[in-house]
Amino acid sequence: MSTEDAVLFQRGDEVRVKEDFPNHHHRTPWFVKGKSGRITDLCGAFPNPETRAYGGTGLPMQPLYRVEFKQSDLWEGESANSSDKLLMDIYQNWLEPA
Amino acid sequence: MPAVHDRGGWPNDEPIDRTEHEHAYWEKSTHALLGAIGELRMIVTDELRRGIESLPADEYEKLSYYEKWSASIEKLLVEKNVLTEEEIDAKVREML
Amino acid sequence: MSGDHHDHDHDHEGMLDDQELSYRAKRSLAIQELLIDKGLMTRESIQHKMDIMASRSPTDGARIVARAWVDPEFKARLVADTRSAVAELGYVLAPESQLAVMENTDSVHHVVVCTLCSCYPTSLLGPPPDWYKSFAYRSRAVSDPRGVMREFGLELNTSVEVRVVDSTADLRYIVLPERPAGTENMSEEKLAKLVNRDSMIGVTKASSPEVVNA
Repeated sequence: MSTEDAVLFQRGDEVRVKEDFPNHHHRTPWFVKGKSGRITDLCGAFPNPETRAYGGTGLPMQPLYRVEFKQSDLWEGESANSSDKLLMDIYQNWLEPA
Repeated sequence: MPAVHDRGGWPNDEPIDRTEHEHAYWEKSTHALLGAIGELRMIVTDELRRGIESLPADEYEKLSYYEKWSASIEKLLVEKNVLTEEEIDAKVREML
Repeated sequence: MSGDHHDHDHDHEGMLDDQELSYRAKRSLAIQELLIDKGLMTRESIQHKMDIMASRSPTDGARIVARAWVDPEFKARLVADTRSAVAELGYVLAPESQLAVMENTDSVHHVVVCTLCSCYPTSLLGPPPDWYKSFAYRSRAVSDPRGVMREFGLELNTSVEVRVVDSTADLRYIVLPERPAGTENMSEEKLAKLVNRDSMIGVTKASSPEVVNA
């Protein structure tokens, strides 16, 4: 078994965050689930926190991406009227092509 | 409803309280304790987080930062059969 | 911070006689004693870790920022491969510590938060301020970053793009603040004094020379 999942996305790809709400530990905040953004950086592969949190090895490691969202897609109010951005590190298993 | 720890964008009208407190001895030692436990490979960060997130919501909101660490460390060490709650209870009494 | 470490190597009795210690505080100290009793760790190793943490402060981050301000090639290395660049200045990050630097300019302003817990570049800057860990900051830094920065006295023009970084994974972030105007002739050492901790989180800018010299 490979210790690292293959990298699926490139810088510039438009991706959508899966709209899952599992009860187990995961590191994807609620406010980006179901939202689309753009990959700005490939951060390398890291142990999967979802299994490591329960004593697992965290293998296969998951590629991690920095994803850029438009604040106007996420919020109301002043942020909605700005061209501001939000960046977040998201594990590959949470992303699908937009 | 997001989980209690998943805090981004929650409604919040409080001004940000910028008072800083010097950490108490027990807080500094809790931080060091986790480091030492980590070196033993007994608890990893993901487990600590999972332990904190599994606290009942009212405890999560009430306990201070390092109190949450203490609760999670205890939960994990008991789960992994390193210590029992009774041992901890007894040690607390001994230390009073 | 007093920074002194008195000898705590005394009987277990009386260690928790401080009435102000909460239930969880006492249990943490008890857990530590139990693990020492079982031979899993030593008091010295705990004290050593406390000493290391006490030695870290934003001054370390400030040195790195000042070097980046005066040396554009260092700055490029800092952004491209933070671990190697900070090692040039003597900061060796633990293997599991991953650090990234986000550069602020006159058109882009980064601010860092961890909405899920309180992740912070502690290995370089020391512990985060209480407000960084607060529900108020964790909630509003993402949904209302300009409002949060206003509370810290920073009003950014709408022509500046604010980029909030929610550090959700194991990468920790440091903001490289903009070099203040009027600092062209300042030494690296003096420049470092302008770099306050809050500017490396991104809720403020670095201090201007007039403020520091006042």
